Amino acid sequence: MFTNIDTFLPYILGGLTTTVQAFLFGAVLAYSIAIVAGLARTSRLAIVRGVATVFVELFRGTSLLVQMFFFAFAFPALMPFTMSTFIAGGLALGLNYGAYASEVVRGAVLAVPKGQKEAAISLNMSKFQTMRRVVLPQAFRLMLPGLGNNAIELLKGTSLVYFISLADMTFNANILRSSNTSLVSQVEIYTYLLLVYFVLALPLVFLTRWLEKRASKGVSTA
Amino acid sequence: MTWDWAFAFEIFPRILQGVGVTIGATFSAFAISLTLGLVLTLLRRSSFKPLSLTIAGIIEFIRVTPPLVQLFFVYFAFDMGPFLTGAIVLGVHYSTYVSEVYRSGINSVPKSQWEASRALNFSPVQTWRKVVLPQAIPPIIPMLGNYLIILFKETPLLMGIYVTEMMMIARSIGAETYRFLEPITIVGFIFLVLSYPCALFIRYLERKSGQIPGSAEKGVKA
Amino acid sequence: MTELAENLEPAREVIVRYNNVKKAFGNNIVLNDLNLDVYKGEKVALIGPSGSGKTTIIRMLMTLEQPSSGTIEIDGEQLWHKEVNGQLKDADEKHLRKVRGKIGMVFQQYNLFPHMSIMRNCTEAPIHVLGLPKDEAKERALQMLQKVGLSDKVDMYPSQLSGGQQQRVAIARSLVMQPKVMLFDEVTAALDPELVGEVLEVIKDIASEGETTMMLITHEMDFARDVADRVLFLDNGLIAEHGTPYDVIENPQSDRLKSFLGRFNSAH
Ligand SMILES: Nc1ncnc2c1ncn2[C@@H]1O[C@H](COP(=O)(O)OP(=O)(O)O)[C@@H](O)[C@H]1O
Ligand SMILES: [Mg+2]
Repeated sequence: MFTNIDTFLPYILGGLTTTVQAFLFGAVLAYSIAIVAGLARTSRLAIVRGVATVFVELFRGTSLLVQMFFFAFAFPALMPFTMSTFIAGGLALGLNYGAYASEVVRGAVLAVPKGQKEAAISLNMSKFQTMRRVVLPQAFRLMLPGLGNNAIELLKGTSLVYFISLADMTFNANILRSSNTSLVSQVEIYTYLLLVYFVLALPLVFLTRWLEKRASKGVSTA
Repeated sequence: MTWDWAFAFEIFPRILQGVGVTIGATFSAFAISLTLGLVLTLLRRSSFKPLSLTIAGIIEFIRVTPPLVQLFFVYFAFDMGPFLTGAIVLGVHYSTYVSEVYRSGINSVPKSQWEASRALNFSPVQTWRKVVLPQAIPPIIPMLGNYLIILFKETPLLMGIYVTEMMMIARSIGAETYRFLEPITIVGFIFLVLSYPCALFIRYLERKSGQIPGSAEKGVKA
Repeated sequence: MTELAENLEPAREVIVRYNNVKKAFGNNIVLNDLNLDVYKGEKVALIGPSGSGKTTIIRMLMTLEQPSSGTIEIDGEQLWHKEVNGQLKDADEKHLRKVRGKIGMVFQQYNLFPHMSIMRNCTEAPIHVLGLPKDEAKERALQMLQKVGLSDKVDMYPSQLSGGQQQRVAIARSLVMQPKVMLFDEVTAALDPELVGEVLEVIKDIASEGETTMMLITHEMDFARDVADRVLFLDNGLIAEHGTPYDVIENPQSDRLKSFLGRFNSAH
């Protein structure tokens, strides 16, 4: 057992670039969306809140894989332009995890004590200054652990691009399996695959732990 | 290509046939996570350090690696049939989240409750059954409900190991007819219609018990 | 009420005027027809049982709560309204900001900004709201921190200070903005007993400098007697008794006030 590491592992790692690219594309999109949608959901304007809420509920309510298939196979039929499968996969990852992460952003903004806003008003800060100088810096620390956990979930979610035939690590592992059909080889292949994902996730795990410890500091407890 | 209502109505019943499998898999997996999650929580509390650390490590490994890869691993390593494999793997995967929820519930029971139980000469089993769990479980019910919904939306993954749930059927229809728009949209619609009311109900429970809405969402560690 | 107050302080200029102000939260009527004039430089203490509406009175002045009806004037200007062609319209954010610059407030829970050093707590608004150059803002902040006895703590963070020190920083932070009217809402209520004194001393110092108008909610009767020109006893959303500290605290008329004060005497 575990005798084929020389051939299996490099083959699986052939998909590493795609996995990492999908992760980065998804993360940048997800966090951008999270900030915009999360803040929009705390807006005073009902229309802004409404649009953001519909977006968030739609993407949280319909399942990542469904969205990925939609962007990869249904969307091209609707639109006059074509979209690469990679973009489709990244879009689904970004929008789905962005919708979840926007809840983290919203929760963090709401968790900043009311007294902080009132103090800002007592110093005659504008609404914008209150947000930028008082609320957001504190909310940012509060949201980091949640966003870190979100990144771990996103990394796991990248494996779904296998379904739309992007050659990520999971895809490569499955190709390998189809030509190495003995039970021992199959176990070996997926063991390596799991270990590689674990190693990729570890830095995110430690980062999130560290952020969790830090989040408690520097935020008003009142 | 535009939306074809006649086609949508034609395939709707066929997709609906997969709902039973989707829901069956969801509840089987959830039952497993509720049970195994409790076991993991208790083992993790063991004062025998090597045991509690090993459990913590296993939980972390399962939690941060993709459930899709775990599905492949178990499917090809054990001969259990797709449905059973799916229920077990998703159940085990989410038991790591559920165990975290239990842990937060148990930690929220005041220390004095344990001391009082000792003063009344309760056995450990009595203390758990009659004092700790009855206080620890009710506040975490909304969080558990959130994971039920998340699990539900994770079931399309089972398509990867040929469980004929909704997404599998939708993809077959797409492959037969070269029309993906309607089947995928229908699946998304069914997910939304089934999960959104549940989500609203859980948020209602959260608000009633004074918790921060969405605190158990994906990407937010409970 | 208005004419009475005028009789007490005949020749002075009004800086804050409440005109028939009502405030209700839902069905709960908290203030019913409040009329009150506060004079330039005057120190007014508000006392009264919990829930009597004291906080609501000063929060409306800080624009943290909007009156249900009636008007509030500051320095001759409408606070919650704008005069357009002789008619009163609801004030917009721009108008509110213009007028509330004259007001400063110190809160029960200090509400310092935990992510900023003491110095930045005191310079953030002067720089970004008043538009002061950094150096000038720092100089002013340092002066005020000296006044509250904390000029050696400029680089620390709020969490590193005691409650009493944090509250003194909050007072300095408010002073740097040079408000014409300063509001204090039970600023010692959250403090450990041994820290109350240092904060009250600081407020007395500022009060003795004279210029700033102050409205203070307090349960410290000795302090109210020392610092206030006038004491208002609030009961059930009404000013039930008012007058000099001697009139109100030493010579209470109503049974309600007597029993209210009795609680403090027995505690001493
Ligand atoms: N934001 C609010 N929402 C609803 N009721 C409030 C609010 N703020 C104050 N109240 C009510 O108004 C009344 C007066 O409160 P307050 O002005 O804080 O009294 P005091 O400061 O004298 O204790 C109380 O009955 C209180 O419950
Ligand atoms: Mg009060």
